[in-house]
Amino acid sequence: MNELLQHVLNAIVLGGTYALLGIGLTLIFGIMRVVNFTHGELYAFGGYGMYLLGSMLGLNFFLALAFAIAAGFLLGVLIEFVLLRPVRAADIDTTMLVMIGAWIIMQNTELLAWGGVAKSVATPFPETPLAMGPVSVSPLRVFVLAAATLLILATYLLIHRSRLGMAMRATFQDREVAALMGVNINGIHAATFGIGSALAAAAGALLGPVFLVTPSMGDLAALKAFAIVILGGLGNVTGATLGGFILAFAEEIGAGYVSSGYRDAIGFLIIILVLLIRPTGLFVRAERVG
Amino acid sequence: MRRWLAGGWLLLLLSVPLWMHDQYLLHVLIVTGIFIIAAMSLNLLLGYTGQLSLGHVAFFGIGAYTSALVSLGFEIDIFGYPVVHEPWPELAGFAIGTALAGLCGYAIGRLSFKVRGAYFVIVTISFAEVMRLVALNWVELTQGPAALTNISPFKFAFPGIGSFTFWSKTSNYYLVLGSALLAYAIIKRIVESRIGRAMIALKENEPLALSLGIDVTRYLVLAAVVSAALAGAAGSLYAHYIRIIDPSIFLFIYTVTMVIMVITGGKGTLAGPVVGGVIFGFLPVIVRSFAAPELQWILYGALMIAIVVLLPEGIVPAVERWIANRGPNSARPSDVLADHS
Repeated sequence: MNELLQHVLNAIVLGGTYALLGIGLTLIFGIMRVVNFTHGELYAFGGYGMYLLGSMLGLNFFLALAFAIAAGFLLGVLIEFVLLRPVRAADIDTTMLVMIGAWIIMQNTELLAWGGVAKSVATPFPETPLAMGPVSVSPLRVFVLAAATLLILATYLLIHRSRLGMAMRATFQDREVAALMGVNINGIHAATFGIGSALAAAAGALLGPVFLVTPSMGDLAALKAFAIVILGGLGNVTGATLGGFILAFAEEIGAGYVSSGYRDAIGFLIIILVLLIRPTGLFVRAERVG
Repeated sequence: MRRWLAGGWLLLLLSVPLWMHDQYLLHVLIVTGIFIIAAMSLNLLLGYTGQLSLGHVAFFGIGAYTSALVSLGFEIDIFGYPVVHEPWPELAGFAIGTALAGLCGYAIGRLSFKVRGAYFVIVTISFAEVMRLVALNWVELTQGPAALTNISPFKFAFPGIGSFTFWSKTSNYYLVLGSALLAYAIIKRIVESRIGRAMIALKENEPLALSLGIDVTRYLVLAAVVSAALAGAAGSLYAHYIRIIDPSIFLFIYTVTMVIMVITGGKGTLAGPVVGGVIFGFLPVIVRSFAAPELQWILYGALMIAIVVLLPEGIVPAVERWIANRGPNSARPSDVLADHS
């Protein structure tokens, strides 16, 4: 029983960052119709940002986190501007191939820059875990969950309460009509890709210190983000949030009680099962952002 | 004219081991040939039915592992029952590997053609990744990261005469060349038949094809099965030539290599994967002489973006159109076909 409680607690912490990853990817797909294969590399970018700013340059941990997320946003805007804007009119297969090319370039640039050895990120949190009755959790993980929750809430507020969010939702429903109503489509696409990228970088910056930062960390993250997004339905932000937690629970329980070697396979099995039973995702209402 | 050209190419390919004595280049040629078979099989799906399959390496890997395991033999334990398989001849491995890959193609086809576009892409990627994790974790069967070693080369036995084993590079070259020509002929036969025209009709205008009574799912599944089986056969050739395989055979980067071969050469053309395959088979050899492997991949990524954006139809259709525009007889049937693909 205690073991189960511990797994649940771990899953909640992991689920928060998975949700961040999923929300970023689903926003980008919903509004831009782009399957973002660079998502995992932006996640790794966040992790390396923490390593560079926090561990190498000795910047304050929280400041480094803020800078890493901001850098993720800027990199996202840059990718949108350089790679996606020229192919916006093209079909979805073309943009997918362009993004796969970008993924390969980014991953190998990371390998060149950082080498293949895993890096660990120093944190200001004490190592001793906080004991809560039968279960325990490290202070770092508590912070990760809190920060992820804050970012998820901020994204919801942005989408539902701001003028930018309204314009994003309008673009999602009908790009042409939104443009006719004076929505700056170029700006919306840049902002969407930037925000999605920032969320991926945030997930990497938060999980990097928990685990290790490696050049291949982005691969699994990207594929897990796909699983989360399919679970929730492409373009569905609430679905992606729930999907993140469901995947984390499935992984924790699967790794704890079935086989830890197949932990990373669980997401893919979920994808195949969901597509078999309910291809539109588990939480789909009408297709819309929000 | 075309027949003479084809004959010339064939003579050139047959004579390669006579004048190329560099064993390394011959090795590159063999591996390139195997990847061209895989790229041709991918082209059937990607080029003719328009389905972007990004898990194609799964079928390649299934063919390789199955063929290797059938010929090596294995001892595993399934729910307490020991399963022992004695080593079988390599050709049996080839046949079973090809068949199993085709069967997986059938399953993936049935499952995922209900969901198209982005979903199909993600299903195929996931399938390949699950296969990689199985190869990595089912250590009892696959040796996991320790790799399957000492895989025997192909051996043809002629009753009463003796047998021939494909030890040398030259013999493997002819084996791969023969297989590639056979795969080319099979694909040519399919795409120039009713089935191929139905596939192209689906890609061009699916609602119209449906309304004409073309059974969409049937043809798509058929394409998936043939495509997967050919990829499995290529995997089997690879396993018995390289003679060692490990779970990295399932890496996404190999799928990307096949995709980039097809789109560079020209998807939906018979010659496209061959042209693209030769380019991307030999490019690493050239790049490796002056750059790190990471730079080679960065170059691949950049080339992929450049081709998709600047030359989306690929090299073969572009060259065909260029030739047609120069000559006086500018409306040959092949050019009309190229325009549609």
